[in-house]
Amino acid sequence: MKLRKLVLASALVVAGSSVLVTGNAFAQAKDQFFPLLSYRTGPYAPNGVPWANGKLDYLKMINARDGGINGVKLTYEECETGYATDRGVECYERLKSRPGVALFDPQATGITFALTEKAPVDKVALMTLGYGLSVAQDGMAFKWNFPLQGSYWTGADILIQHLGKSLGGLDKLKGKKITLVYHDSPFGKEPIPLLQERARMHGFDLQLLPVTAPGVEQKATWLQVRQSKPDYVLLWGWGVMNSTALKEAQATGYPRDKMYGVWWAGAEPDVKDVGEGAKGYHALALNTSGQQPKVMQDILKYVHAKGQGTGPKDEVGQVLYTRGVIIQMLSIEAVRKAQERFGKGKVMTGEQVRWGLENLALDQKKLDALGFSGVMRPLSTSCADHMGSTAARIETWDGKKWNISSDYIEADEQILKPMVKAGAEKYLADKKMTRRAAQDCQS
Amino acid sequence: MFYRENGQFKTSYRADQQIFPIAQDRVALFVLLAIAFLAVPFMASDYIFRAILIPFLIFSLAAVGVNILVGYCGQISLGSGAFMAVGAYAAYNFFVRVDGMPLLVALILGGVCAMLFGILFGLPSLRVKGLYLAVATLAAQFFSDWMFLRIQWFTNNSSSGSVSVSNLQVFGLSLESPLAKYLFCLSLLAVIALLAKNLVRGAVGREWMAIRDMDVAAAVIGIRPMYAKLSAFAVSSFIVGVAGALWAFIYLGAWEPAAFSVDQSFKLLFMVIIGGMGSIMGSFFGAAFIVILPIALSQFLPVLASWVGIEISTAGVSHAELMVFGGLIVWFLIVEPHGLAKLWSIGKQKLRLWPFPH
Repeated sequence: MKLRKLVLASALVVAGSSVLVTGNAFAQAKDQFFPLLSYRTGPYAPNGVPWANGKLDYLKMINARDGGINGVKLTYEECETGYATDRGVECYERLKSRPGVALFDPQATGITFALTEKAPVDKVALMTLGYGLSVAQDGMAFKWNFPLQGSYWTGADILIQHLGKSLGGLDKLKGKKITLVYHDSPFGKEPIPLLQERARMHGFDLQLLPVTAPGVEQKATWLQVRQSKPDYVLLWGWGVMNSTALKEAQATGYPRDKMYGVWWAGAEPDVKDVGEGAKGYHALALNTSGQQPKVMQDILKYVHAKGQGTGPKDEVGQVLYTRGVIIQMLSIEAVRKAQERFGKGKVMTGEQVRWGLENLALDQKKLDALGFSGVMRPLSTSCADHMGSTAARIETWDGKKWNISSDYIEADEQILKPMVKAGAEKYLADKKMTRRAAQDCQS
Repeated sequence: MFYRENGQFKTSYRADQQIFPIAQDRVALFVLLAIAFLAVPFMASDYIFRAILIPFLIFSLAAVGVNILVGYCGQISLGSGAFMAVGAYAAYNFFVRVDGMPLLVALILGGVCAMLFGILFGLPSLRVKGLYLAVATLAAQFFSDWMFLRIQWFTNNSSSGSVSVSNLQVFGLSLESPLAKYLFCLSLLAVIALLAKNLVRGAVGREWMAIRDMDVAAAVIGIRPMYAKLSAFAVSSFIVGVAGALWAFIYLGAWEPAAFSVDQSFKLLFMVIIGGMGSIMGSFFGAAFIVILPIALSQFLPVLASWVGIEISTAGVSHAELMVFGGLIVWFLIVEPHGLAKLWSIGKQKLRLWPFPH
């Protein structure tokens, strides 16, 4: 019965040390702590890994190159969520009380929804770059949410504008048939209200085809696509769903150059396995890819050359990796901005970082200095606008790499603004909350 | 020695019929409740409350519900996730659509809706048995997934299908702090678990067990299979529905149908099997095993690795977590196929005979 004793003993040790681990959390804040929620396992891992690697490598690079932010060292800890909401909430609870916690990037729409209720209570901001709640753009209603660079509404709007442009005018969309193949979750459903609005305006026919998560089984969906022969297919997928959709499109013979993905369906893991079969497929692009930008060179020089890199060297600069780097850069710039106001060289609290996020002003000059020339659009946030920039480009897969194939397209404020306002009002009314007062913007 | 009922004479029917007839059990239960209500609030940190104790309490409640159906009545069900979802969404609709609806009433009404749903999907149990019933109840799961994804009315016409609640109050007390949430869940669990314990040793419980052990024989001695099976479905899905509503309201705060996916049904079934079928106590062990162990492992493994001097990546930890977890399940099922509750009762038996084993 030695084995039994051994297992019993180790079970006791497990229980004991998990108490110990949580007990460690109450040290004094000397460093700025970045909690990293990520998923390196499960059906979304192919896309979650480069994203997480980008965030991690940028943190390591800033520590190695600049020694932190104005002398404040950056620390971090990763927590595996597996894209599951309950594990994500557990990770949040585990990491939120660490000293010097800056902000959270939940990396999943489902987790974002759950944390939106908790973040205001804990006074820590949520950065959801290019995902999360579309109505959270309204900073007067959502004080703690920051869907920087775009939401699913801006993304859908840009796609429709691009389609109109390629036809020679939005009025040419009349009578066309557009099919949305979407991940059957809040993530996939978010763009629907905007597409319906646009369909009403321009008179195109919108067909909605849900794909059950995680999206490995899509035969029936693509049979329907083949039957209805839409003019365009919009792909709102994540993880294995994207490559499966492209393979099914290839199998059913649907032309890939009529397919447009959201920015979460436009990275290397989505098309790599399909290769030539995905040639001509378009997707929204929030950022470029490649190792040429200075920031990627710095990461290679200060992190990977020293053997500290998180992932393989040749994956540095991929689409999602770059997005992870951008997310981390924006977090760090928010801290830097907050330090300018609340004291340089100090560790910022969650509330101070939130102020920094709300007052981000990254013009082209600043981006160039940070090594992001050409990677992304300048971005500036305000109290009322938590998005900062609503433009994106279209990229096209040529069988080997992603190429940017359009200019920046701005989402149409005329359409978005009333929808965001109405959505935010409904949210506030449901919650019996009121808008922030104007003087609240100063805090 | 410690656990012997010798000399405890019952002099009235009341004394003979109480829920815990043995004095040691009563004392142990009071001590346990006192610790849970009075001592734990002073010892646990925010994290322990929010990430460990509250999920543990809620899943214990759900496991008690599933145990009544699977463990006591022998009707294998894979629809528990659906019953949780119905409880959560029904409570949500009562809560937001009716002005001034108290939280407690909304939770109970959520449970009632889950009960009706459970009875409806329990009807196949009158014809099919065993594994076939498991497949039939899976229909409940797919139906609820479909219902809450497609019928906009249930999600209050939210465009994304995600709903949320906030500003929860019970009797004018705010349920924002983790301590308040913990005590609320604990009170509900204590009341419902005691009711369930009482129920399973009464006439209804005995009918369920008779059906479980041999339904033909049970029918011959005059137990109505329809009444017994459907009442098990009703009680079970009521409890599971309340647990689902708590999971949504208290733990998640905002949720989507995926929070109650088929994974949840499997998890609950495993809790009952690992904890011990036909044991209220076992439900708690099972819930602890399934809820707490993965979290403890994910925190403990990196520490263990650093003692040995290896650095493991986050991915490595989560892979190892799954492997160790799976290994432990297999090990427990081989060593003790009747679940953790059986280990507990062996322990009690040993205490009863101590120091003279025979």
